Amino acid sequence: MQLDIKKITKSNGFSAFTSALLAIGLGLVCGFLVMLGASPENSLYGFQTLLFGGMTRLGDVVYYATPIIMTGLAVGFAFKMGLFNIGASGQYTMGMFFAMYVGFMFKPPESIHWLLCMLAGLVGGILWGFIPGFFKALLNVNEVITSIMFNYIGMYLVDMLITKNSTMYISIKARTAYLPASAQMPSLGIRNSGANISFIIALLIAVILFIVLEMTIFGYELKATGYNKHASIYAGMNGKRNIILTMMIAGGLAGLGGAFYILSPSTIPGASMTYEPINVIASNGFTGIAVALLGSSNPLGIIFSGLFISYIQRSGSLVELYGYKPEIIDIVIAVIIYFSAFARLMGMAIPRLFKGKKSRHSESHDDASEPDNPPEGPGEEIPASDNPAVEASGKGA
Amino acid sequence: MDTLYFLVQNTLPVAIPLLLVALGGMFSERSGVINIALEGIMLFGAYFGCLFVYSLQGSALSAQLILVLAMLVAAISGFLYSLLLSFAAINMKSDQTITGTALNMLIPAVILLFSKMKFNSDGVTTNVPFYVRKIPVLGDIPVIGQLFFQNTYITIYIGFVLFLISTIVLYKTRFGLRLRACGEHPHAADSVGVNVKKMRYAGVSISGILGGIGGFFYAVGVMDGNTNGHTGVAGFGFLALAVMIFGQWKPGRIFLAALFFAFLRMLSRSIALIPFLYNLGIDNTFYKILPYLVTMIVLAFTSKHSRAPKAEGIPFDPGAR
Repeated sequence: MQLDIKKITKSNGFSAFTSALLAIGLGLVCGFLVMLGASPENSLYGFQTLLFGGMTRLGDVVYYATPIIMTGLAVGFAFKMGLFNIGASGQYTMGMFFAMYVGFMFKPPESIHWLLCMLAGLVGGILWGFIPGFFKALLNVNEVITSIMFNYIGMYLVDMLITKNSTMYISIKARTAYLPASAQMPSLGIRNSGANISFIIALLIAVILFIVLEMTIFGYELKATGYNKHASIYAGMNGKRNIILTMMIAGGLAGLGGAFYILSPSTIPGASMTYEPINVIASNGFTGIAVALLGSSNPLGIIFSGLFISYIQRSGSLVELYGYKPEIIDIVIAVIIYFSAFARLMGMAIPRLFKGKKSRHSESHDDASEPDNPPEGPGEEIPASDNPAVEASGKGA
Repeated sequence: MDTLYFLVQNTLPVAIPLLLVALGGMFSERSGVINIALEGIMLFGAYFGCLFVYSLQGSALSAQLILVLAMLVAAISGFLYSLLLSFAAINMKSDQTITGTALNMLIPAVILLFSKMKFNSDGVTTNVPFYVRKIPVLGDIPVIGQLFFQNTYITIYIGFVLFLISTIVLYKTRFGLRLRACGEHPHAADSVGVNVKKMRYAGVSISGILGGIGGFFYAVGVMDGNTNGHTGVAGFGFLALAVMIFGQWKPGRIFLAALFFAFLRMLSRSIALIPFLYNLGIDNTFYKILPYLVTMIVLAFTSKHSRAPKAEGIPFDPGAR
């Protein structure tokens, strides 16, 4: 029995899973404390809603999960190569715009209209992912800065192009017009929810990415570069090409996310999703970072973390019933990311609780959290991991 | 000539926050910690500074005294917020970029939540007149008086003094030398008895202080003393990072870079007031994009031979080779 537990606790997956749970737990504790501070008498009901409120709206959970699963994949896929794609927001916005443009301006046969819109979204995202990849690979510009700058550039550009286009933009409402029905994705038929076929497509894409990462040469090269850039170049892998390719794929994923969002069918006949050009960068791109970290950049893990984040966001929209503001959820998510960033250390501390004694073991790599760093000596790492983890939980409480 | 006065008078209040925050980023990165949380730190400082102003407005204190006191509040809050980054990055060896992103995401949500509960709005609005029409005596000097001492805020003088102090601290003190060593080669610094963790805490804390002050100065000079959770500091923390890289992690160059970016940004906001540019009829959006686009072009040309601190972003591990 003892042996079995050791085997399980040593595995990478377990470490990633427990550290994700720990981060979520700390995030929820923070949320509860905020509620307690804001209005103590309602805090228990409020927290209960936070935990279980999403149950009543499972269709919506699926529907809102789809875009953030896509942006999560966009961030996670780049993470595998050691790239931090903070530009998912801009790629998402571009994808959304391209999809919208085809939706409004093109009149192809009705049956393939939504498919074309989706592909246009893919192209938009690829374009916006290519730029940071190009800057990183050929000009040595840090992809974080490029992505951030192009988040703003993309957002301003899209807002301008939309407000100037009288077919797409209704200036009285300060919103985009309704997309034609043919451009909307087929619904899954869940009552009172926008859940649609894009969720199935997102699941398929996640599985394909998993296969690419685990079973192809490209995936292997990608991960090898993520573990150790210099070794992979020494081994003859084309680092520059792979950087650009990875960022293009990541961009395409985020772009699809934007397309899925805007092409969703509405529950009200004759309506559709709309976009409000108010010069604010899309938050779904940043939520993708949380999704990717929680799922430890594993495409299959990202499906679950995307569903979880969407679930807790739906719950968060219900806490207003108890007089709380939905921003509590943003706080919870930010705290989860904060703790995920050092989840590897915490993740290593937990298996030690099971084992009960200090034993030297080669540390389990969670490549998501620290791809760029040189491997540390195992002898140094283990004693260091004990104290800070305790401090961390003390800080969260 | 009037256009020139107008340009200078409007550029400086924008340049100073950029300068201070970029200097903050410089201290942090020179000690070896990437501080992408500057955006959040700025907003945190700005919000608490404005809250402090809000609590004092209507009292008998003079506007400029309130400004200085609020600046101290902003500095302290920036420092406290930066401790979250120091703890994660230095003690927990976390991925510094991700921690920074989390801190950036956290603060707008906190501000929105707090303001909605307390003021029933998105932020805090103050009405203390910080604007100075003319500095006595100095404002009467021909040309220079009009350029630098009229229609302005005292933030620009405080900012300039902080810039001078920063330069001296970085280059002329033992502390500055040790700080730089920790960013270049922490093991070498460690071997001669420098406490790398302590120095990195110091670096991040200074960036927190300067970031908080910069955020408050942004609220004063750009937002008329208001802060809200929706627009926040409009990407200024990120722009400051670009300024820092453009300035090659050196105070003097950062100063020039900040002026340059502030000028571009000021252009985008005041096109209608500059007849020459207004008559060109270019869409305002292009001017809004311009600072970001120029950042990218500049980085494309300067990053090939980047002078970034060698050890930035790598957690210090005394046992590593």
